[in-house]
Amino acid sequence: MSTTETTESRSRGKAPAGERVADWADGRLGIYGLAKANMRKIFPDHWSFMLGEVCLYSFIIIILTGVYLTLFFHPSMNEVEYHGSYVPLQGQLMSEAFSSTLHISFDVRGGLLIRQIHHWAALVFLAGMFVHMMRVFFTGAFRKPREINWLFGFLLFVLGMFTGFTGYSLPDDLLSGTGVRFMEGAILSVPIVGTYLSFFLFGGEFPGGDFVARFYSVHILLLPGIMLGLVVGHLILVVYHKHTQYAGPGKTNKNVIGMPLMPVYMAKAGGFFFLVFGVIAAISAIATINPIWAMGPYRPDQVSTGAQPDWYMGFSEGLIRVMPGWEINFWGHTLVLGVFIPLMIFPLVLVAIAVYPFIESWVTGDKREHHILDRPRNAPTRTAFGVAWMTWYFVLLIGGGNDLWATHFHLSINAITWFVRIAFFVGPVLAFVITKRICLGLQRRDKDKVLHGRESGIIKRLPHGEFIEVHEPLSQEQLHTLTAHEQYKPAEIGPLVDENGVERKVKGSEKLRVKLSKAYYGEESQIPKPTVEEYKEITSGHGHH
Amino acid sequence: MKKLSARRRHPLAAVVVLLLALAATGGLYAFVAPTGKAQAEETAQSLAIDEGKKLYAVGCASCHGTGGQGTSDGPSLVGVGAAAVDFQVGTGRMPAATSQGAQAPKKKVVYTQAEIDQLAAYIASLGAGPNIPTEAEYGPEGADIAKGGELFRTNCAQCHNFTGKGGALTHGKYAPALDDVDPKHIYEAMQTGPQNMPSFPDTILSEQNKKDIIAYLDAVNSDDTENPGGLELGGLGPVSEGLFAWVFGLGALIAVAVWVAARTAKAKKS
Amino acid sequence: MSSQDIPEENLPAEQDEHGAVSVADEKDPFADPGLPPHEHRIQDVDERAAKRSERTVAMLFTVSMLATVGFIAAYVAIPVDKSVYIFPLGHISALNFALGMTLGVSLFCIGAGAVHWARTLMSDVEVAEERHAVQSPPEVKAKVLADFADGAKESALGRRKLIRNTMFGALALFPLSGVVLLRDLGPLPENKLRHTLWSKGKLLVNMNTNEPLRPSDVAVGSLTFAKPEGLEEHDHDFQTEIAKAALMIVRIQPDNIKDKRELEWSHEGIVAYSKICTHVGCPISLYEQQTHHALCPCHQSTFDLSDGARVIFGPAGHALPQLRIGVNDEGYLEALGDFEEPVGPAFWERG
Repeated sequence: MSTTETTESRSRGKAPAGERVADWADGRLGIYGLAKANMRKIFPDHWSFMLGEVCLYSFIIIILTGVYLTLFFHPSMNEVEYHGSYVPLQGQLMSEAFSSTLHISFDVRGGLLIRQIHHWAALVFLAGMFVHMMRVFFTGAFRKPREINWLFGFLLFVLGMFTGFTGYSLPDDLLSGTGVRFMEGAILSVPIVGTYLSFFLFGGEFPGGDFVARFYSVHILLLPGIMLGLVVGHLILVVYHKHTQYAGPGKTNKNVIGMPLMPVYMAKAGGFFFLVFGVIAAISAIATINPIWAMGPYRPDQVSTGAQPDWYMGFSEGLIRVMPGWEINFWGHTLVLGVFIPLMIFPLVLVAIAVYPFIESWVTGDKREHHILDRPRNAPTRTAFGVAWMTWYFVLLIGGGNDLWATHFHLSINAITWFVRIAFFVGPVLAFVITKRICLGLQRRDKDKVLHGRESGIIKRLPHGEFIEVHEPLSQEQLHTLTAHEQYKPAEIGPLVDENGVERKVKGSEKLRVKLSKAYYGEESQIPKPTVEEYKEITSGHGHH
Repeated sequence: MKKLSARRRHPLAAVVVLLLALAATGGLYAFVAPTGKAQAEETAQSLAIDEGKKLYAVGCASCHGTGGQGTSDGPSLVGVGAAAVDFQVGTGRMPAATSQGAQAPKKKVVYTQAEIDQLAAYIASLGAGPNIPTEAEYGPEGADIAKGGELFRTNCAQCHNFTGKGGALTHGKYAPALDDVDPKHIYEAMQTGPQNMPSFPDTILSEQNKKDIIAYLDAVNSDDTENPGGLELGGLGPVSEGLFAWVFGLGALIAVAVWVAARTAKAKKS
Repeated sequence: MSSQDIPEENLPAEQDEHGAVSVADEKDPFADPGLPPHEHRIQDVDERAAKRSERTVAMLFTVSMLATVGFIAAYVAIPVDKSVYIFPLGHISALNFALGMTLGVSLFCIGAGAVHWARTLMSDVEVAEERHAVQSPPEVKAKVLADFADGAKESALGRRKLIRNTMFGALALFPLSGVVLLRDLGPLPENKLRHTLWSKGKLLVNMNTNEPLRPSDVAVGSLTFAKPEGLEEHDHDFQTEIAKAALMIVRIQPDNIKDKRELEWSHEGIVAYSKICTHVGCPISLYEQQTHHALCPCHQSTFDLSDGARVIFGPAGHALPQLRIGVNDEGYLEALGDFEEPVGPAFWERG
């Protein structure tokens, strides 16, 4: 270090060591400026705001344990004869990938634990992302200015799915090999280029000797690298936008109420990392995941019933299982619709939820920033759409596990498949209608509560014999919270003649927008929230019960 | 040896021991009285057939026909062999329930092993078929567990799952789980192909192969099977793992998150 | 901040002082009453409770330390292959359980300690932070646009079209090098998917016994898996070849075979079908011997093996390819040629 540095710190006399280190860093990185803005940054307290942290921490756990696993795993498909400590596979031929995974599981002390933590954390990571995404969706947290962060999160979910898929394919066991075979069949179905894609991916015919090594670099380098970048971007945006909050006394669109990062959230969020890690470690101690030794090494002519992917790929499995076997042959070519259509619907299912924020902002035409979260009931159409989408997703999950449903509930697998085929179309519609009605019902109840007070459960008999329930008026906090939401008015098609009296041509997109807007905010789709006049009339008229 | 001692507590063990004892006594008797040996065996055999025929007439004939020729309600039993009878009746699948679902399930056994043997003797007399296997055929001695695993994955896992947890077939039929199935019955099932299960005769799957498969199943699907990682979760693969991750993994983490974010109890002035 | 700092007078009774509860507004009863007053926790007013919290946190951290010691002890002491019976988990690896539980406890206690500390001893006063619009003010936008216009003008990109066009051309072309480099990822498909190892005269070898099959070996109602003669498990390309050549052999009473070609290609009711599903390539082999249906365990495509293996349920698009078989002079089953159509999943060039 330079001499000026030493003289400088000496000249400052007896500054504590920590301060001197901070000074050193500030001189190079300007950390004081950064800390001024962020050290006492406010985060609101709500359990659902911690779902994202579950994902972040399981991601970190996956990276830590993954690095450990690379120290022992051999991403090679060379055939070897097994002579390790697991007896029921003695002398069997298997790829080095499989035998090194057995080595990790049976001969490396703690190797099995790390493998299980890695895999359990991956399942929790994806499940956490799903729930986090739904929280953001149902509370409308994706609205301006957070649309980009919604997309970042969505990409993380999709990349997480594929990182998971490439990861569980690495041990080259009978179950994952079947999954890879399925993927090969799906690629083959792509018109014109499918066969070429498959040959390039597998280095020739399936299974060949390359895919484990190729999946390995994709799994440990390419995808996690992109995900790490997205995670950092996601977090920077969270800090930059400041967290959203639920409506309540003192909470406005212009502030954020909560506890400071230093010290409360450092302790809470930092502590939560250890809590998540601890829970996943304990789960890995008590429950097996992916016991590849029981499944055996992959052979393309062997299979086990109940061949399913990990849960997050389950909906694609459902798609492929319930699709009828359509195939068109023409001019010496085959269009494998029975596989290709599901392959195309697969991204469509995901994209449907990803583009929703843009559709909603187009319909509302709202250009303002939103930092106060909606209660799901106050956005009935959005909530209904979200529930319909989840219904779609879960119907497909049922389809993906149809054989296990059949054996465990003594049903016919054919009947379940037909149920899923019908529910794929009917389920979301029903869910949409029902959810919307429930939302409207809840809005009505809120309105009653505001106007007539809370049901106290106390029954009073009036002098003339009538029984009434005593309603307690709400506190001002509650009145405010229940009426804080905004209600849009449905859009109208503007005047059909312009100011010069010339007939204006109404564009198709405008008509569509007005139609959607009516569907979103028309009389059928929201209950007008109580007005001050209504409230005053009722409270003054009846007095307090 | 451990496996043999474990099987000593099997419900059918007493019957097996009794039969062995009877056989031993009979053998000893035959040895001591060599003159009547062939005759005595023949008499015992025809006695069993007669008894079996009576049992058959009461319990089986309504579906399988008075002479085992089969009716619209049940297949012909000519040539199915003693092994098929021992399997079907010994696992309680036969006699079938009157209102039968997609397939006859494993139930409580209604006949004693002695009666089953008599029935088997009678059916065997109708036409040649596979015999009831002996302990030497299905026992663990000389079995190659790893080879059995490979054979199991080639021939059995597609229906019964990789460690024999069972699986679904078409229209409500299913391949049953193989937990706690008597090795003898597994052997007989492979030999005879009960209901919709295809048979694996010795020409396809040799005696040694069958022994290996049974040994493999004993290693991976018995009460003593080690699941190093912890709870087996039904041995069903990713579906149950996914369910577990959602319910217990994410469930526990959300519970923790609620605690982390909840307000601390306030001091109330009383 | 330690609990001792909380002054005595901050008792709940006095909290109205710094509260901001506004009385219900006559004009707007729904108006925002503002942040409710801060209420004290037990730990803020009762030093004994605070001490209890402190002890709890310290205890949690201590338990964590002990658990880490336990982790190391377990790692050293427990052999990797030791099995224990733990109800209700079953026979499990002692080491995995011990390491997982100690690690779990040590981590969980750190987290629980930190969170308990934050919840009970750190300040729980809610603070408001102002937000500022993300959008830049108009003058900033104007400045940026002006700067950009200056820069663009100075670059002369708009004026010197030749530079602009050639630059875009160069930038658009260079990624092609990267695409070209991917060419050697694999060979071209050619007609590799149309051929398998089967050819005229190849014997059908039983997968289980590795012996060639005779017609008498295959009983009605039985199920046999076969591979072409000469293909051995140790072969370098075994996996790739068996992925196409795997065969499923069943015997059906010739009267029960409904498809004429199937009967012709069979030998006395012995039919040989590809084991590879025509949907996405799972080894289909759930053969129901009474119905002659074969079900795929992956996606439930169902084929009727007594009727040309046509699809009767599920997502598969066409029947399983049948291998034409006969018997050679020595009485063994042999193939009479390769499959007449490609086995496995359909693809564009299949036709």
